[in-house]
Amino acid sequence: MADKKGPETWKEMNPGCMVFRPGSSREYHTGSWRAQKPVWQNEKCIKCGICYIFCPEGCIKEDEEGYFVADLNYCKGCGICAHECWPGAIKMVEED
Amino acid sequence: MIEVRWHGRGGQGAVTSVEMLALAAIEEGKFAQGFPSFGPERRGAPVTAFNRVDDHQIKLRSGIYNPDVVVVLDESLISLVNVTEGLKPDGVLIVNTTRSAKELAKLLNYSGKIATVDALGIARQELGVPITNTTMLGALIKVTNVVKLDSVKGPIEHRFGRIAQKNMNALQRAHKEVKLNYK
Amino acid sequence: MSKRIGMEVAIAAAEAAALCRFDVAAVYPITPQSHVAEHLSDIVADGRIDAEFITVESEHSALSSAIGAAGTGARVVTATSSQGLMYMHEVLPIASAMRLPIVMIIANRAVSGPLNIWNDHTDIMHERDTGWISLFAQNGQEVVDMTIQAFKIGEHRDVMLPVNVNMDGFQLTHMVEPILMPEQEEVDKFLPAYKPYAMVHPDTPVSMGTLAMPEFYAEALKAKDMAMAASRKIIAQVWKDWEKQFGRKYEPIEAHRAEDAEVLMLTMGSMGETAEIAINELRKHGVKAGLLKLKLWRPFPFEELKKLTKNAKVLVVTDRAVSFGGPGGPVCGEVKAALYDEPNRPKIVNYLIGLGGRDLTISDFVDMMKRAAEATKKMPAEAYEYYGVRE
Ligand code: SF4
Ligand code: SF4
Repeated sequence: MADKKGPETWKEMNPGCMVFRPGSSREYHTGSWRAQKPVWQNEKCIKCGICYIFCPEGCIKEDEEGYFVADLNYCKGCGICAHECWPGAIKMVEED
Repeated sequence: MIEVRWHGRGGQGAVTSVEMLALAAIEEGKFAQGFPSFGPERRGAPVTAFNRVDDHQIKLRSGIYNPDVVVVLDESLISLVNVTEGLKPDGVLIVNTTRSAKELAKLLNYSGKIATVDALGIARQELGVPITNTTMLGALIKVTNVVKLDSVKGPIEHRFGRIAQKNMNALQRAHKEVKLNYK
Repeated sequence: MSKRIGMEVAIAAAEAAALCRFDVAAVYPITPQSHVAEHLSDIVADGRIDAEFITVESEHSALSSAIGAAGTGARVVTATSSQGLMYMHEVLPIASAMRLPIVMIIANRAVSGPLNIWNDHTDIMHERDTGWISLFAQNGQEVVDMTIQAFKIGEHRDVMLPVNVNMDGFQLTHMVEPILMPEQEEVDKFLPAYKPYAMVHPDTPVSMGTLAMPEFYAEALKAKDMAMAASRKIIAQVWKDWEKQFGRKYEPIEAHRAEDAEVLMLTMGSMGETAEIAINELRKHGVKAGLLKLKLWRPFPFEELKKLTKNAKVLVVTDRAVSFGGPGGPVCGEVKAALYDEPNRPKIVNYLIGLGGRDLTISDFVDMMKRAAEATKKMPAEAYEYYGVRE
C-alpha cells in the first residue's frame, strides 16, 4: 500500500509537524513544475562549478568527466544555472 | 515598619547602601526591600533610593512617600532637592555635613529631628575617596537601630572584597561620631 | 533545605534558571531585563554550569538562536522586555508551533510610544496569541519558583510548549528582597534532566519547522491548541508537586478573602500584594471585599474564575494594558468572555491602572473598590476607566 499523503486528523499530526522519515522530501518531485529545462553544452563549459553552487534545488551533479548535469526529477526549470553560467554553457529550452 | 529614603548623586552609591541595609536586615531574619528610584541613572544627577524594613512580610509595593528616615549622602543636594518632603513629623533627617543641626534646621526651614555626621571627612580619611554611602549607613544604623552593626559586615565583605575593611572602618566611625542633635 | 537570602529579583531569576541547569542562554539585554542577561552571562562565564551563552545582535536573533538550540535537544532560556519582546514577536509563534519548551523570563514594561521604560503589561499582551504558556509572578519568590516550574511544565510530553514567566519591570526586577533559594539537589529532584521529544542530530534525523498546506494548517493549529488545553492538567500537577516538595502553594487564581466577598478585585503581577493590604483594610471596616490574583494568563483559567466569582456582586478587573477601540483592557475582555454564560455573574468594572509605571498606593485600591459599585450603575457594559488619569 502506498504511504498516506499526510495525516487525516489533527490527532495524527506529529507534534510540531515534525517529519521523522529521513530523505522524505525526495518524494516530492519538483521537476513537475518545469516549463523549460537546462541543457548543457559541455564544449563551452570551463568546469567552474558555479551552476552547481547556485541551483536552489541542489539537483545539479558533477559527472565522471567533471561536467555538470541536472536531475530532471527535481530541476524546476528556474533558469538560475543558465543565468549564472558566464561562459554561456547552459541554455534553457522549452520542454517537449 | 520603617521606611527610608536616600538622597545621593548618580555614582555615589545610594543604591549600594540600600542593598547593604536590605541584606543586613534579611540576614537578621527580618523582612526588607531595597530599591532604586526606577528609571535611568546618570552620573552626578540627583538620585533617590529606598528601603523598607519590617519584622513581618512586606506586601506593600508602592513608592515611599512618607519616610521615617531620610539620609542625605551629599550636602550640596539640599539646595537642589526638597530632602524633607513627606518626612514624617516624628521622622529623622540624617545629613552628611560639617554644619550643626541648628544651622541645617534654619537652612531647610525644618523643625523635625536632625542628625549630622561629617561623612565626607570620614570617607576621605578611611577610604581615600569622597564616597559616603557606607559611612552614612553607619550613621543610619546608630540613629535608627534598624539593624545591628554586625549584620552589615557580611554584605559589605561580599560586596567590597579587599576594601571591605576600610568601608567597615568608615561605617563604624560614623556610627560613633554621628551627632544626634535631636530638638 | 532552601536558603533564605536577600537578592535582587532579576538576579534571582537568572540564578533560578541556573538551578535548572540550562544548556543554552541566548539573550539580548534591555532595560529593565538587563540584570537577568548580565547575570546569566556571568554564570556561564564563571563556569558555574556547563552551558553556552550566545551573544546575539538582537532579540529576534536571541529567540531564533534559542529555537535552533532547543531543536538540538538543549534546555534553553532567554529573557527580554517590551520593545525587545516585540522585536521577537515574529519568532514566538514559531517556537510554540515547533513545540520547543523554551523558557523566557520577561521583565514586563510599557511599549513605545511615547517612549517609556517603566512597568506595565502591554508587552506580553501583544504576545497573547502566540501559543506560549504565560505565568505571572507577584513577588521575587514566585519569580524564582515559576522559572523552575516553567521548565517542568513546558518539557512535559503532553505539553511541549514554550513558557514565559512574567515579572514586573523595576517593581520586581530591581527589588532586593528575601527569597528562599532552593538548593541544587532539591531542584535536580524536582526537575530531572531534559529528555527531548526529538533532536536534530545525525543519529535521530528529523525535519522541524515544516510547511503546512491549507489542507493541514488548521489541523496543525488545533494540535497546538489542544496541547495548550492539555497543559492545564500538567500545570496543576507540577504545582502540586512543587507544593509537596517546597511547601508553597500555586493556583491559577490565588484567592484572598474571596469566599464571601461581595466586591472582588482581580489583579495580575506585583500590584496584587498592595491590593491585598487594601482588601484587609476594607474588611476591617466591614466591607465584604476580596481579591483574585491571576497567575496563569495562558491557558486562561475559565473554570476557576467562574467558581470564584459566582457569589460576588461586583468584580473590579484591573488591567495594565489598553486594547484601543476594544473592551478596555485585555484581561477584562477575557474575564467577560469567561463569565458570559454564567447564570449568576457579577457586574464588571474595568480600571486601567499602573500604565507606564504610574504608581498605585493602598488608598488607590481602596478607592477603586469603594467606587466600583457606583460605577457599575453608570458605566455601559463595554466601558472602562483610565484610573487616576487627569481629565
Ligand atoms: S556554470 Fe557554466 S561553465 Fe561553470 S560549471 Fe556550470 S556549466 Fe560549466
Ligand atoms: S533550472 Fe533551476 S532547478 Fe533546474 S538545474 Fe538550473 S538552477 Fe537548478
